[in-house]
Amino acid sequence: MISIVLMVITALFFPGVIVKSKAKFSGRKGPGIFQPWFDIARLLRKGNVFSNASSYVFQISSSVYLAAVFTALLFIPFENLGPLISFTGDFVLFAYLMALGRFIIVASALDVSSGFEGMGANREVLYGLLVEPAFFILIGSLAMFTGHASFASIFQGLHYTSYFSAVIGVLAAFTFSQITLVESSRLPVDDPLTHLELTMVHEVMVLDHSGFDLGIIKVANNLKFAIYGMLSANCLIPHELDFWVRIVIYFVLQVGLAVAIGFIESFRARNKMAMNPQYILSISAIATILIFVVIIINNNL
Amino acid sequence: METLEKTKDYASIKNQGTISLQDVPVVSYSKFTAVAGELLGSETRHCVNYYAYPFQKGLKFIFCVADDVEHDIKLVSHELPADNKKQLLSLAREFFSMHVFERELHENFGIDFIYHPWQKPVRYAFNRFDRNQVINNYPFYKIDGNELHEVGVGPIHAGIIEPGHFRFLCNGETVLHLEIQLGWQHRGVEDLFLKKSSLIQRTVLSESIAGDTALGHSLAYVSMMESLGGIQVSERLELERTIGLELERIAMHVGDLGNMNIGLAYQLAASVFGTLRTPVINYTQTWCGNRFGKGLNRVGGSHYPFTEDLSDKLITLLDKFDASFDPMAERMFSLPSVLMRVENIGKVTEKQMRLIGAVGMTARMAGIERDIRESHPFAAYKTYRITSETFLNGDVWARAMLRKIEIKHSVGFIRDLLAKLKDMKEPVSKPTAEMELRLAPNALSVSLVEGWRGEICHCAVTDAAGKIVHYKVKDPSVHNWFALALSLRDLEISDFPINNKSYNLSYCGHDL
Repeated sequence: MISIVLMVITALFFPGVIVKSKAKFSGRKGPGIFQPWFDIARLLRKGNVFSNASSYVFQISSSVYLAAVFTALLFIPFENLGPLISFTGDFVLFAYLMALGRFIIVASALDVSSGFEGMGANREVLYGLLVEPAFFILIGSLAMFTGHASFASIFQGLHYTSYFSAVIGVLAAFTFSQITLVESSRLPVDDPLTHLELTMVHEVMVLDHSGFDLGIIKVANNLKFAIYGMLSANCLIPHELDFWVRIVIYFVLQVGLAVAIGFIESFRARNKMAMNPQYILSISAIATILIFVVIIINNNL
Repeated sequence: METLEKTKDYASIKNQGTISLQDVPVVSYSKFTAVAGELLGSETRHCVNYYAYPFQKGLKFIFCVADDVEHDIKLVSHELPADNKKQLLSLAREFFSMHVFERELHENFGIDFIYHPWQKPVRYAFNRFDRNQVINNYPFYKIDGNELHEVGVGPIHAGIIEPGHFRFLCNGETVLHLEIQLGWQHRGVEDLFLKKSSLIQRTVLSESIAGDTALGHSLAYVSMMESLGGIQVSERLELERTIGLELERIAMHVGDLGNMNIGLAYQLAASVFGTLRTPVINYTQTWCGNRFGKGLNRVGGSHYPFTEDLSDKLITLLDKFDASFDPMAERMFSLPSVLMRVENIGKVTEKQMRLIGAVGMTARMAGIERDIRESHPFAAYKTYRITSETFLNGDVWARAMLRKIEIKHSVGFIRDLLAKLKDMKEPVSKPTAEMELRLAPNALSVSLVEGWRGEICHCAVTDAAGKIVHYKVKDPSVHNWFALALSLRDLEISDFPINNKSYNLSYCGHDL
């Protein structure tokens, strides 16, 4: 249960910290930390407008997306404190729930038959396809390292007995944070601030969503940040520490991740669209290093 | 003997000069095509305007060619009586750069140009010849194929700028063809110049042709009025006007660099360049009360003398500007993630740019040395020379780099002019009153100004009473929009915004 509370709290401040840090880096004051949530609250009070060209697929899409992401969230533990649901191989279901969320948004984008949204859907599916191996290689290596096969037991068994095994934690946390950038459509893969449909990936798919539906899509996006943020933190925080110390470290890590995203988005340009597949595949390559580290540490080589 | 014959074929005037209409030779159309062919045959000459106006129930065509070697404008005319068949052999077939002028003539007067390769409407002017042609029925170029799809963007812009429609023919993410359809911003500017008869109305109108080139267009207008009215302006006034024009160039170029960085999602440069533009336009406000310089250029004089105090403020401003601009530009042009997005993206060749008759920055970034400030000097450029830069690459990088270099040149040039101003103690006179302004009767005047985008051309014709009977405006964007379309060929569609921003062409300047 504690993990759910932590993730919900993270989702509350994470997007705001990104915006705030970007503003600070460019010398502006920036909006308050909770401004993204005020925007969501405003959207939730509004009604929906549906395109004449859309069907029920479009109308259920945002709810299904939020449901999928929220269900996926239930599998994530905080360290050795177990999640709400856990069973052997639950990370496969987790990956598929995330894919379901992506699928329904892609389907809704195609449903309104707009030229832009088709293009965005095409890009989103390609990037989703390419980032999935990174997740499985990563979680597979962790399973191999700990000898367990569920989120709860993997992170429970993730003890760093030697200096070498700390490498695993750092590599895994880095890979999770890279996956966050792709999954949440941030720089360098996608530019969340652009108003130009032709360069959008995620944003263009939800162009036709409005009001309440758009609000809950944004809620789900913020939860996604929290999920991957929690996974990264789980790889880094040592279990031996006192509970409250770990909570503090957790929040420091989350704010750090958000500021890092703000930093990246301030001091570099977006990738050329055609370079993105290469970039995303490099995340899988880093994850592959993890396999070899695990094999070496387990003395199987 | 032969040279004597040739001088009869065309008249020539200096930039911002006035000539009596009788002195412009009127030739037959077949003779005209021969003369035009000879004039356009050389790379050092390009057509700055070719238009027609109603004359004795028929049409009178004026053809103006700028000669970079002889630094003058060659004029030739031909007429089409009312009872003649409205059909002419197209010049664009041989000289494609003429396409837009002939399209405009076709749209406005219903003249059919035989063998014109691309005889499509330009802007759907409200006083066009065929009112049944409506903007919703534009004849777009089409390609058939199962793998191809069309993406239409606009005319409502997703951001805050002006309306225009872009039709992409794509194969997946690759653009095969882009067609740009404009006219949504048409206000009837040329017609308003005739309807609004007072001097102040016309001057204000010239400032509103394109909001981002208020100083460029108004300078073209006031210089022409001075030329038609025979008013000699002091050297100091010309210097002050030039400072205004170069300030506009700096402000727009640095704003464009900021905008390009928004397109690249490089926030640091976007905010630095964005904040650098503000003090420059604020300075213009301190000077004349308007950030875009409206009110600064007036016929015969100025309401806002450039005082010693203003001069000192400008020097301080330029020092501060340099201190932030230089390191940021250095960083931007050495950052790999920026270079990846700009190098070899949206490349056009010199040949393509010559074919479409590109002017200004768009010509210079692809290797064409075409700068009115050098070839047909006006205002202070007559006395003081500014260095004009040319790049060969023709890509987004070249367009960004050219802006950076032009900013540096302009800053240096303004510093030089400020030093010169120190010696000129005599203040500029007040603007000429309307009743004192008598325009030359039966005259034609052509005024070229190198605005920040490129060559601005204004032409006016007066009648026997010295009243303006026809006014013609040509913004550089009229030619340069085609360059954007050519840039997009075989490019990823997601690179469209950065290309569009790298040109930053005017919608209202084109639509008039």
